[in-house]
Amino acid sequence: MFAFIVSRLLQAIPVMLTVSLISFAMFAYVGDPVTIMLGQDYTEAQREALVRELGLDQPFFIQFIEFLHNAVQFEFGLSYRLARPVSDLILERMPATLELSFTAAFLALAIGVPMGVYTGLYRDSWLSRFFLTISLIGVSLPTFLIGILLILVFAVILGVLPSFGRGETVAIGWWTTGFLTVSGLRALILPSITLGLFQMTLIMRLVRSEMLEVLRTDYIKFARARGLSNRAVHFGHALKNTLVPVITITGLQLGAIIAFAIVTETVFQWPGMGLLFIQAVANADIPIMAAYLLLIALLFVIINLIVDLLYYAVDPRLRGGLRAAGGR
Amino acid sequence: MAAFAPARGLSRVFDSDLWWSFTRSPVVVVSAVVALTMILSALLAPWIAPHDPFNLATLDLLDAFTPPVWLEEGNWRFLLGTDDQGRDVLSTIMHGARISLFVGFASVLFSMTLGISLGLIAGYLGGTTDAVLMRIADIQLTFPSILVALLIDGLVRAMLPRELHDQIALWVVIFAIGISNWVQFARTVRGSTLVEKNKEYVMAARVIGLSPVRIMVSHVLPNVMGPVLVIATLNLGFAILAEATLSFLGVGVPPTQPSLGTLIRIGNDFLFSGEWWITLFPGITLAVMVLSVNLLGDWLRDALNPKLR
Amino acid sequence: MPLLEVKNLRVEFPTRRGTLVAVDDVSFHIDEGEVLGVVGESGAGKSITGVSIIRLIEPPGRIAGGQVILNGRRIDNIPLEEMRHVRGKEIGAIFQDPLTTLNPLYTIGHQLVETMQTHLGIGDKEARARAIRWLEDVGIPGAAQRIDAYPHQFSGGMRQRVVIALALCAEPRLVIADEPTTALDVSIQAQVIALLKRLCREHGTAIMLVTHDMGVIAETADRVAVMYAGRIAEIGPVREVVKHARHPYTDGLMGSIPSLSHKVERLTQIEGSMPRLTDIPRGCAFNPRCPKVFDRCRTERPDLMKTDGPNLAACWLHAAPGRDEALGHAA
Repeated sequence: MFAFIVSRLLQAIPVMLTVSLISFAMFAYVGDPVTIMLGQDYTEAQREALVRELGLDQPFFIQFIEFLHNAVQFEFGLSYRLARPVSDLILERMPATLELSFTAAFLALAIGVPMGVYTGLYRDSWLSRFFLTISLIGVSLPTFLIGILLILVFAVILGVLPSFGRGETVAIGWWTTGFLTVSGLRALILPSITLGLFQMTLIMRLVRSEMLEVLRTDYIKFARARGLSNRAVHFGHALKNTLVPVITITGLQLGAIIAFAIVTETVFQWPGMGLLFIQAVANADIPIMAAYLLLIALLFVIINLIVDLLYYAVDPRLRGGLRAAGGR
Repeated sequence: MAAFAPARGLSRVFDSDLWWSFTRSPVVVVSAVVALTMILSALLAPWIAPHDPFNLATLDLLDAFTPPVWLEEGNWRFLLGTDDQGRDVLSTIMHGARISLFVGFASVLFSMTLGISLGLIAGYLGGTTDAVLMRIADIQLTFPSILVALLIDGLVRAMLPRELHDQIALWVVIFAIGISNWVQFARTVRGSTLVEKNKEYVMAARVIGLSPVRIMVSHVLPNVMGPVLVIATLNLGFAILAEATLSFLGVGVPPTQPSLGTLIRIGNDFLFSGEWWITLFPGITLAVMVLSVNLLGDWLRDALNPKLR
Repeated sequence: MPLLEVKNLRVEFPTRRGTLVAVDDVSFHIDEGEVLGVVGESGAGKSITGVSIIRLIEPPGRIAGGQVILNGRRIDNIPLEEMRHVRGKEIGAIFQDPLTTLNPLYTIGHQLVETMQTHLGIGDKEARARAIRWLEDVGIPGAAQRIDAYPHQFSGGMRQRVVIALALCAEPRLVIADEPTTALDVSIQAQVIALLKRLCREHGTAIMLVTHDMGVIAETADRVAVMYAGRIAEIGPVREVVKHARHPYTDGLMGSIPSLSHKVERLTQIEGSMPRLTDIPRGCAFNPRCPKVFDRCRTERPDLMKTDGPNLAACWLHAAPGRDEALGHAA
C-alpha cells in the first residue's frame, strides 16, 4: 500500500517537472516582464537593477532552479496587471473555485450515476429514452450557453435566484466559504448546475455503457444462473464492476470541471481562480498564468492519486502486484 | 475534409451496412439534413443572407434592438430582430456560423494531420521517439483540452503585439484547438501502425528496397480511416464548441469576425435589458449545429463499430 | 415421472435478415440422477437448449414454443421472480470459461456464501462452514485459507472447481454443464469431469452435459442426444449411440473419435460443414453431407422415429413400412 502510493508519487514528478518547465519558459521568454513592470518611463540603470533583482542575468538552469525553489514556497512574483503578489491573488480566489467545482462534481455524481444505472438496466423504458435525449442535448450545449439560459429563466424571467457573485461569505482563517449563508447557497445553485450538467451527462452515458457491457459478461449470467436476486445481481455484482472505469473517468472529469470553472465563473462573475486566469490570458499576465498552470497540475496529480487509491480499494486484482496497475 | 477523400478501405464500408443503418434511423437522417443545411447556408452566407451585417453603410442605428418579427415591434425586414448596432441577427448568425464551421473544420483537419503523422512516426520508429511522443500525449491528456487551447491562445497573445495578433487571431484559435486534440488520432494510428509494421509485405518491401514508409502510409491509412473518420466527426462537434467557448471568453476570434460564440457573448450583455433574441438565436443555432454533428458522430461510431476507447 | 422434460422446444432469434430458428422442435427428458450428454458441432443449438431451460438466453433470443417441465411443473412460463428460485436451487449451471464466470471483485467465499444464503436461509457462520466444506469437496487445497482469496488468485482448473462448488452448493436436482472443460488445459479436463461426475453421484444430482467432445460423452453419459442444425438427430443409450449409430451424422461423428476397436476406414471426417442457421436446406438438414442420401431426404424433414434398436433417429433410413409415423414426442 505504502509502496503503491510512493510509486504513484514518483510517477507524478516528471509531469510536475514538465509543467514547471513550461511555466518557467513562459516566465522567461514570453513577453518582457521588465518592460511591463517598469511601465513607460525608466532609466537604463533602473532597468539593469530590476534585471538583477529578478535574476534574469543568470543562466537558464540557475533561473529554473530558482523558479522551482520559489514555486515550492508558492512564490510567483507580482501580477503584471494588478501589481499584487500572485500567491495572494490565487489564495483569495481558490476557495470560491474549489467550492463551486466540488459542488458541481457532487451534483454530477449524485445524479449522473443513478441515471446511468437506471438507463443501463431498463434501456427500453421511456424514462431511459428521455434521459438519453436529455444527455445528448447536455453534451451538445456549451457550458456558457447553459449558464445563459439558466440566468435567463431563473434570474431574468422568474427573478428567483441571483445571477452573479458568491453572495455573502464567511471567513474561516484564510478560507472563505459560501456554504454557511443562505445567500451564499442561493448564489451557488445556478453556477454549480451549469458546471455540473455537462459532467453529469457524461457520467450518465459512461455508467450506462459500462453497465450494458458488464450485464453481458459471463459472471453476471452466472450470478443469475445461481438464482441471486435482481437487486444482488444489479447492485452487488454489476454496479461494483462498473465502478472501476467510472472512478477513472470521474477523476479526469473532476479536472475538466476545474478547467470549465473558467467558463462558468465568467458567465456568473464568480470571483474564483478561473476568472482571474481568463483575465490574465486576455491581458497576457504571465505570472498568473504560470502559477495557475502549476496549481492546476498539482490538483490533477492529487486527483489522480486519489483515483488510483480508490481503484486499488475497488479492484482486488491490483493488490496482487503493482505491475498490473501500470496499464491504467 | 480529407477524411472523405476516396480510400479503398472506405468504399467497401459505404456500400451496404453503413447505408442501411443510415436510412434506418430517422434521427440520423434529420441530423444529416440539418448539418448539410447549416453548412450550405454558412458557405453561401455572403450571397443568401438578407443583409450584409459588416457593411457599415447599410447599418442604421435606428434599427437597433428590433425584436423578432412575431413580437409586437418586429418587422419583416429583420426576421430574428437586430442587435445593438442595428445588424440583422439572422444575417450575423449565418456569417457567424461560417466562421464557427471554418474554425471547426480547419482545426479538426489540423489535429488530424498532426495526429496521423505523429502516430505513424511513433508507431513506425518505435523506441525512444515512440516513448517520448506517447509520454507527451499522456501528459497532455491529463489536462482538459479547453485549458490547453486557452493556454496556447494566451501565450501567443503575450508573444505578439496586439495589432498583429488581431490579424492572425483566427489562425491562432485554429492552431490552439487543433493542437489540443491530436492525441486521439495519434493513438489510433499508432496502434494500427504497430500491427501493420510486422506484417510480411512491409518486410518484403524493405527487402526489395521500396521505401517501407510509403508502403506503410498507403496500407495503414486505409485501415484506420474508419476510426479516424469517427474521431474526426466527434471532434468536429468539440472543436466548434471549443471555438465558441474561447470566443465567448473573449479570447477567441476577433470581434471584427464574429463567430457564434462571439455573438452570444455580445448578446449576453443585453440579456438583462430584455433583448434576449440577440443571444438566444445564435445560442440555439450553435446547439443545434453541435447536436446534429454529435448525433452523426455517435451513429458513425456505432455503425462502423471500431474499438474506440 | 422424469426430473426434467423438454417438449417441442423452439428458440428463435429475430434478426435483420429474418428470424433464425436456433432450436427447432427439440424434445427429451432427464431422469433423476441421470447423466444426459448433448453433443454436436458449435452452432448446433446444444448450448442454447441448455440456457433456454433456465431461461437465460441472450436477447433478442426467445423461447418461441414448447414446454419445459421440472418435477411435473412447467417452468417455461412462470414469472421470472419465481424462476429465480429454480435457478441455483433446483437447476445449477456451469459455464464454459471459468476465467470469466466468477466475479473478479468478490472473494470466492463471498460468492459461495451469497448463493447458499439466497436459497438455503442459513446464517453467516453455517454458510461459511459449508463453503469451506464445498471447497474441500471440489479439491481446493487449504480451503479454510483460500476461501478468502479472489478468483484471479486461482488457476483455470481451480476456478472451474470453484464454479462446480457454486453450481452444487444449493443442492440442485439437476446441473446443466455447458462445455465445462472446453476452456481448460487438456491435462486437467478429465479430472474436472471426474470430479463433477463423482459429486453428482454422491448428491444424486442429474447432469445435462453439453459438449462437442464425443470422448467425454462416451465416458460420462448414461444417454446421449446428438444435435444437428437446431434439431436432435439421434438420441439413445450412450453405448448404442457410440457403437451402433442409427443416424449417418452420428456415425460420422463417431468416426472422429480414434479407437482401437474400429477399423481404419471409419476414421473419416464428414465432408463439408454444418449449414448456417440462415440457410438450412429443405428436407433433412444433413442431406447435402449425407453419404446415404436419397430423394425423400431432399424434400421431407424427418422427425425422430424408432429404429431397430433402443435409439431414436431423425432419419428416413428407418422409415420402414408400418412404422412410418413420426415419433417426435415420444423421446
